[in-house]
Amino acid sequence: MTSDTTSWDRAALALRLLCVPDADLGGAVIRMRASPARDHVLTQVAPLQPRKIHPTISDDQLFGGLDLAATLNAAQVVENKSFFHSRCTALLTMSERCGPDLAAKLAQQLDSGAGHMIVALDEGAEPDEAAPPALTERLAFHIAPEGRAPAGWPSDTPPVPAGTPLTPADVTVSGSDIETLTSLAAVFGIDSLRAPSLALRAARAHAAMHGRKAVDESDLNAAAELVYPQRATRVPQEPEDQSQDPPPPPEDAPDDDGAGDSESFELPDGDMLVDAVKALLPADLLAGLVPAGTTRSQTGGGAGMKRKGNRRGRPLPSRPGRLDGRARIDLVATLRAAAPWQPLRNAAVPAGTPPRQGLQIRPADIRLKRYQEQSDRLLIFAVDASGSAAMSRLNEAKGAVELLLGQAYAARDHVALIAFRGAEAELLLPPTRSLVQTKRRLASLPGGGGTPLAAGLQQAALLAEQSRARGLSPTVVILTDGRANIALDGTANRQTAQSDAEKMAGLLTAQNIAGLVIDMSNRPQDALRSLAARMQAPYIALPRADAERLTGAVSAALEG
Amino acid sequence: MKTPFPFSAIVGQTEMKQAMILTAVDPGIGGVLVFGDRGTGKSTAVRALAALLPEITVVESCPVNAATTAECPDWAELGSKKRVKRPTPVIDLPLGATEDRVVGALDIERALTRGEKAFEPGLLARANRGYLYIDEVNLLEDHIVDLLLDVAQSGENVVEREGLSIRHPARFVLVGSGNPEEGELRPQLLDRFGLSVEVKSPTDVAERVEVIKRRDAFEADFDAFMARHGAEDAKVRDTILKARKRLPKVKTPDDILNDCAALCIALGSDGLRGELTLLRTARALAAYRGDKTLTRAHLRDIAPSALSHRLRRDPLDEAGSGARVARIVDEVLG
Repeated sequence: MTSDTTSWDRAALALRLLCVPDADLGGAVIRMRASPARDHVLTQVAPLQPRKIHPTISDDQLFGGLDLAATLNAAQVVENKSFFHSRCTALLTMSERCGPDLAAKLAQQLDSGAGHMIVALDEGAEPDEAAPPALTERLAFHIAPEGRAPAGWPSDTPPVPAGTPLTPADVTVSGSDIETLTSLAAVFGIDSLRAPSLALRAARAHAAMHGRKAVDESDLNAAAELVYPQRATRVPQEPEDQSQDPPPPPEDAPDDDGAGDSESFELPDGDMLVDAVKALLPADLLAGLVPAGTTRSQTGGGAGMKRKGNRRGRPLPSRPGRLDGRARIDLVATLRAAAPWQPLRNAAVPAGTPPRQGLQIRPADIRLKRYQEQSDRLLIFAVDASGSAAMSRLNEAKGAVELLLGQAYAARDHVALIAFRGAEAELLLPPTRSLVQTKRRLASLPGGGGTPLAAGLQQAALLAEQSRARGLSPTVVILTDGRANIALDGTANRQTAQSDAEKMAGLLTAQNIAGLVIDMSNRPQDALRSLAARMQAPYIALPRADAERLTGAVSAALEG
Repeated sequence: MKTPFPFSAIVGQTEMKQAMILTAVDPGIGGVLVFGDRGTGKSTAVRALAALLPEITVVESCPVNAATTAECPDWAELGSKKRVKRPTPVIDLPLGATEDRVVGALDIERALTRGEKAFEPGLLARANRGYLYIDEVNLLEDHIVDLLLDVAQSGENVVEREGLSIRHPARFVLVGSGNPEEGELRPQLLDRFGLSVEVKSPTDVAERVEVIKRRDAFEADFDAFMARHGAEDAKVRDTILKARKRLPKVKTPDDILNDCAALCIALGSDGLRGELTLLRTARALAAYRGDKTLTRAHLRDIAPSALSHRLRRDPLDEAGSGARVARIVDEVLG
């Protein structure tokens, strides 16, 4: 497969550029599972002498500070050295587990101008699992070679230019080069100005590596191919003579467009670069799905969110750790860990010193408490109670609510029901787990009138936000036939009604509320499908659904 | 640490730059919140601000940057009492900073080595009379936020823990930045910022190219670049100093006060902090521009920054609350 070779070649080039001194590229994300192949890749950055850090590294280790244990032992002040005390390359393992606060701290170090670099190893299995964008945005390259490494990788030895080696600062860049890179970023919808800045640095580093004193087309080409594809948020629409109108899948990449191409001096400005980058865009962007970089942090899982903490919840086994002022010590476990060592430690006391009273506890004995909380799930049904089909739909929804509540004790579900009809939405059933209360409240439901879809969504979003503040994990299930015809302000205008509904769907997405859209009309609606896409929620068409099928569909979508 | 990118070399983002300069003219405005996309120069601007601020006179060994020995807290063991000029402190408050580091705590080093009970001042002490910068402020832990709110309001940090009972002045300008995609800010903290600005990536290609060119020049040809923009920074600094002198003399006509109140009523902002900040910021703007009397033009220019974060959030308004303020300003001021 030629595409494999090129992805490996690009990886080799990116790693080589990282090793160019003073290139100031910030680093790279390497998205590979732990494997001999990854170890082989990492040998390429060995000249940088990277040191490992992990996502749960404590501030003391990262920034230095008083080493309490050593200070007590030595009876004089012992300071931990800050990890970043001199220019260094940090190898962040399992960066997909890195939290936003560590990302912010590392970003601060990268911004300090001291020339630190971070190589983030991303082992995420799902597309959603990735290091926080605040960090990855500051790293120039995204390396994800596909398939197996070709034999003898990296094949071409780094070029050794004659004469004294150039540094990136010696390389001159013309104004038009900068324009090319910047407008190229704009073409691919890359808003952040860090991207062209990093691409420019990459181009300089590439030129310096090849011993050129000025940036030329091949440098720009390499820089654009390495920095832009994974940041792109849209595929440029081209009016030209491409045979395929939809963007070509990655396999169509022209083979000779690779990074090592040295005969590309006749490239016309822009267009060839656009094509080159386009050939490397990630597949899901090409499929026109979610824009890159806008993954949501969690989706509606089968049960409520799990949170690990050190304050409350179900206790987990305690773990060794350091007292950092936030965690609580598990005294019994600590004593238990220290107990077997007492005879040895007592014997190790040098002769002549007065015998010590009591237990001898070392920092390694300390065990910290951990808890896990599971927040309850709340299913918010927003049901369309308008028009002729209202009664049957409402009845089925009621049935589904009752069925789900029947299982609620096992699944820790709460259920709420919102009906929208006429000009407004009404909260018929506030979040509850009580089957009795539900039956009473849902006994008689009015139906008929217009379809204020936007109002229903707004009410659902409001309820979801409130319930989240109370520690529930909300999921919004929308049951409708999708002909929104009442705008949010109560006027009957199909156009504004639709756009209001889309806006509210956007709001739900922005608040990161999981959703599910069930289309109950006889013919599935495009408008609803796009609404679901807006909510980043699954879309299910269930014409003439009954309560059983509805429950099944909801459960399946949520477990899946 | 390398010299930060010069403030005057930041392309565009006039609203953000103006807001930051105004807090330097009148620190009483109460801070700036910068919210916006990634890679729009938020952090760059704050880090550049430090170089722009005029120096302050402090007692050399005072841990809270007091101007005279009389103002130094009594617990501070003063070494040198010489008064020296120092750059205005701009202190970074890192996410995940412990409470100890923020408010100060028992000096463990001295407790261990010499058996003395002494107070080790925290970040709040160091930020006194200067700036406290929180990057990714929306991700800050709640208990630190509560603590900051309390101190920012009272201007005093009180530590009652570990047998210590310490208080010291902590008056600082809070500067926060963040990306709204990663989380909202609690309304209580939002309200505590005097000004808020939204920054967006420039959409104009020429402007974007200019940004990259300057960044590149800064890295490749550091000395020449600093020589050119350092002088411009100095000019801004001089204007700030002059504006501080002019500020008490800026006249405020009564009808402008009416306008302030009318604006806030029309916008439906909660509380009176909106009016106060609006007035104060407008006066700072007038002083900075060298005007002797406050006019509607000043109000108009400053209203979006001073008021946009005090509105009830309207989820349907995709244009953002800044546009809403601008619309209502047009209606009220004509």
